[in-house]
Amino acid sequence: MITYIIRRCLLAIPTLLIISIIGFVIIQLPEGDFLDRKIQELEEKYGDSSSIARIDELRERYGLDRPMWEQYTTWISGFVVGNFGESFEYETEVNDLIWDRLGFTLMISIGSLIFTYSVAIPLGIYSASHQYQWSDHTLTFFSFVGMSIPGFLLALALMVFVFEVYRVPLFGLFSAEYEGMPWSFNKFIDLLKHLWIPVIVVGLNGTAGLMRIMRGNLLDILGQPFVQTARAKGLKESVVVVKHAVRIAINPLITIFGMSLPNILSGSTIVSIVLGLPTVGPLLLRSLLSEDIYLAGTLLMMFSLLLIIGNILADIALAWADPRIRYE
Amino acid sequence: MSNYIKTHAISKVSESLTDKIEDARVDIGHLSYRKLIWRRFRKNRMGIMAGVILIGFYIIAMGADFFAPYHFNDINVLVRHVPPQALHYTWADGLHVYGLKSTQHVETLELIFETDATQIYPVIYFSYDARDQVRLMTSEGPMFLLGTDRMGRDLLSRIIYGARVSLTVGIIGVFLSLILGSVLGTMSGYFGGWTDHLIQRGIEILAAFPPIPLWMALGAALPPGWSSIQTYFGITIILSIISWGGLAREVRGKVLVFRDLDYAVAAQSAGAGHWYIITRHLLPGCYSHIIVVSTLAIPGMILGETALSFLGLGIRPPMTSWGVLLEEAQRVTVLLHYPWLLLPAIPVLIVVIAFNFLGDALRDAADPYSG
Repeated sequence: MITYIIRRCLLAIPTLLIISIIGFVIIQLPEGDFLDRKIQELEEKYGDSSSIARIDELRERYGLDRPMWEQYTTWISGFVVGNFGESFEYETEVNDLIWDRLGFTLMISIGSLIFTYSVAIPLGIYSASHQYQWSDHTLTFFSFVGMSIPGFLLALALMVFVFEVYRVPLFGLFSAEYEGMPWSFNKFIDLLKHLWIPVIVVGLNGTAGLMRIMRGNLLDILGQPFVQTARAKGLKESVVVVKHAVRIAINPLITIFGMSLPNILSGSTIVSIVLGLPTVGPLLLRSLLSEDIYLAGTLLMMFSLLLIIGNILADIALAWADPRIRYE
Repeated sequence: MSNYIKTHAISKVSESLTDKIEDARVDIGHLSYRKLIWRRFRKNRMGIMAGVILIGFYIIAMGADFFAPYHFNDINVLVRHVPPQALHYTWADGLHVYGLKSTQHVETLELIFETDATQIYPVIYFSYDARDQVRLMTSEGPMFLLGTDRMGRDLLSRIIYGARVSLTVGIIGVFLSLILGSVLGTMSGYFGGWTDHLIQRGIEILAAFPPIPLWMALGAALPPGWSSIQTYFGITIILSIISWGGLAREVRGKVLVFRDLDYAVAAQSAGAGHWYIITRHLLPGCYSHIIVVSTLAIPGMILGETALSFLGLGIRPPMTSWGVLLEEAQRVTVLLHYPWLLLPAIPVLIVVIAFNFLGDALRDAADPYSG
């Protein structure tokens, strides 16, 4: 098992290297560089761009005058030791910008995962054990609708609804009085008050899908001979379902855990942009548009890193949950 | 996006939605494969309904010039942000709308519209507009059944014209990923060895990017100088870049099974070439599967286009799509004053749900020899 984990981690390194190259090239694809964009922006706004007079000096400092592969090697060799380079737009180290936001992103993603699994599994079990009854049909219908609603539309609709009903703007992760304040217990409570909305919005699609899978798996298992044996022994139906059938039916959901991570991260990106949350999403959008290459590159890498870690964890969890699985 | 999850999730719905299919078994051996599929598909009422709805949407999109009351870029600054108008009916006037009265807001100087029941504008059928275009329904006066946007353009017309982009992006995108996916998937399964290895690693690396951030990066890379049409095709290519991987995997799995079946081995020993075996013996076995997977991939692409355009990274004006329309509804302050700008979300939802139901029904039907 340990050798397997080590091998997986080692295999992730070349994958990440290739990802970093592809990502870096894609980010550099737009014509011109950050400074060209800045000059253009200033000229559109004020009619002249003399406020950044030392363009060549800046270009040299940021290394934008050198060929792309040289920029890449400088960045990636810094990346390995935790020096992600400088953000042009914010004029500060990428390091100072991303950790808070990554934290919030993880918080929302993990919250969504917990929400997804803790709602989808019971509903799926209920739906399967009440197959073809009206409650099952209702759940089926809602799961289809839930799978089809994109998170950002739901976020928009919720924002309008909350404002119409409560007259408070649903924006950001903190109330105005806690914004920018140091951490305290009250601020944490305030955070929790705001957090549930993005968590549910991001998790809804996954919840609906997962519920269907849980229902289908359980129905397959409930038709098997050992379940009939358990019933024939005179066990209560609840024991048959929960102790005998669900234990087996839940295994595929662990594999899916690794696959639902990209969707949750993806979903949180765009929901955060709509809801104005201080996560990685809005930062990525800005940095892509202004060609803030080191910032955008680092963020893309962080996303991929999270995905790869998630997949490895899912495989380990599966091996732990299902003793029939051997990785050798 | 998450085809795997969706595919599995939706497959499980089948039990509850299809009618009993036992009688279909009797026909096996008597009817052709196609007829069997049709028989079974016909039994799924939700699938049929979804199909009819989608055909309706595509007809309207194709005939946008005819069905929309106005052209989508008819700007009229005098009627900015008009709320949706109601359609009335009386025996004497037929279908008609009331006129508009406007007053200026004291502070914002915005025009505020009210209906003026004294003015009556009947609906005119099959008339030519200023562009020499026949319109099904239009009116002499203002007729904005779903309101207007910030430039006074009729939202209904814009939704109808926007359907052209939003509905075709999915089809063309899926078509592209279909070609990529089935060619690479077949190669991967048929040849095996290092070809297989290379293609599988490539798919894994693609899967290690979260889709929306990757789409965002690629969308930002589209040159600003491109024309609307070029951007449109750029977006479809971007959308298909991610989704071909899943399809290739599924095709590979099927081909791996078929490759070693007797008829494929027989063809090989009879001297058939690779190309002949692949196209005549292996791919036809995957057709039903490919159709199902691609139907289920279309809603993801439609949502992808909507999301990209919503962020301003997708389709660019003057071209319009449902995502472009929703971009205007992005700010809450705008939405609170002009909530009808959120209406383009409704066709998005209907189409996506319909494609999901259709894909589900097709999946049930695609394998008429089972259960």
